[in-house]
Amino acid sequence: MASNIRIVIAKPGLDGHDRGAKVVARTLRDAGHEVIYTGLRRTAKQIVETVRDEDARFLGLSSLSGAHNHLFPRVCELLVEEGLSDVIVFGGGIIPEDDRPALHDCGIRAIFGPGTPTDEILEFIQTAYSMENIGVGGDGNWNWQSTA
Amino acid sequence: MDVDQIRMALGGNRRSLARTLTNIENGTVTIQQIRSLLGENEPSDKSNAWGSLAITGAPGVGKSCLIDKLLKIWAQQGNRVALLAIDPSSPRTGGALLGDRVRITSIDNEAIKNQIYIRSIATRKSSGSVPLIVADMIEFLHMAKWDKVVVETVGSGQSEVRCAAIADRIVVIEGPARGDGVQAEKAGLLELADAVIVNKSDLPGASKHAEELLESFELGLGDVPPVMLTSALNEIGVNEAAKVLIHLADSGRSVRARWRERLLAHNERKILESPKLEEILASLAVGSISIDEAVRTLSGE
Repeated sequence: MASNIRIVIAKPGLDGHDRGAKVVARTLRDAGHEVIYTGLRRTAKQIVETVRDEDARFLGLSSLSGAHNHLFPRVCELLVEEGLSDVIVFGGGIIPEDDRPALHDCGIRAIFGPGTPTDEILEFIQTAYSMENIGVGGDGNWNWQSTA
Repeated sequence: MDVDQIRMALGGNRRSLARTLTNIENGTVTIQQIRSLLGENEPSDKSNAWGSLAITGAPGVGKSCLIDKLLKIWAQQGNRVALLAIDPSSPRTGGALLGDRVRITSIDNEAIKNQIYIRSIATRKSSGSVPLIVADMIEFLHMAKWDKVVVETVGSGQSEVRCAAIADRIVVIEGPARGDGVQAEKAGLLELADAVIVNKSDLPGASKHAEELLESFELGLGDVPPVMLTSALNEIGVNEAAKVLIHLADSGRSVRARWRERLLAHNERKILESPKLEEILASLAVGSISIDEAVRTLSGE
């Protein structure tokens, strides 16, 4: 099993709730990964610069404010512009089913809603880590089928 | 070794810089390989100006907050400043939560952000407040023209002096009212400090603590290091501290102690990087070899 994977957990936008992000960060830490937490209210650009400077392999975005349709695609776009196409992006929070296909189309490989077992997130990381072409700018069309 | 990546990093590409630092940290490329690629020799520290500054002190005294203000001032003066922010890895799972960026806002300042580079580092297997591989990461940052590298250690206590092995200068951050006058007399980290800052000077007890520290230094041998008061939160005394620290001279107070740390650190690194380590730990855990045998195997006897 791969460990020591560098993962940025970020809170884009004006959403002030980070319990979910912290639970995910803690779960990843306890699985042996190195998690860089950005803190609240980051812009898309700040998040992308953090991923670049920290050389993260994964980026997890959390949003509970309803602004995900605007913020998540913007982050994906900037990652590709920065030459970070191989970073694997996943999201979580309050993301209605209807919004998910469009986010997957932007290159987000998994979306986890409330009630997701933490083991499922770890399983996603391990599975995605060993796959090719599923970075945010990759042409693979694989997505994780989440249970919540 | 990814030669293009290294050349792009040296040419100023931040993504390549970050990736090369990861490769150095993971041991997939060594600083010796990079040196021979570039035809460079091992750097000699004959210069009077520092290239690396360790900032250390107990958890919660305000290291990150103060560092944020210092980075801002130094970058505004035209310096290229890199911060290596170190947080502990879990001894059980090896994972780490690296949260120092949360308090660093100078990197969000459009005017200076190109002159600041921040990298979070986990201690991984190392026993001290600074993993030794950081020395190689600092050397590569210097090659990439990041002239001033600040190392924020894990929040550490009285006797953690390992940062002496990797940094040109050591600054100890203290908080107000940290015990009575006897605390200032105790041996340890403070003896190696090239400067001491008592942060949170807006709280009671700060100036008294600074006086006690100064008094203690005056009783000792050698030059007295600067002892300064700051309140990073209220930006009091920070400009003055930044001015003193950027030109901070080597106090030369404990040359032998520093070399002792370097020697110990080097030895530790040899053990931790040994390919036989896991096997030996497993044998020790089941009692099939003794500690003495393990030491002999690791030192290649």
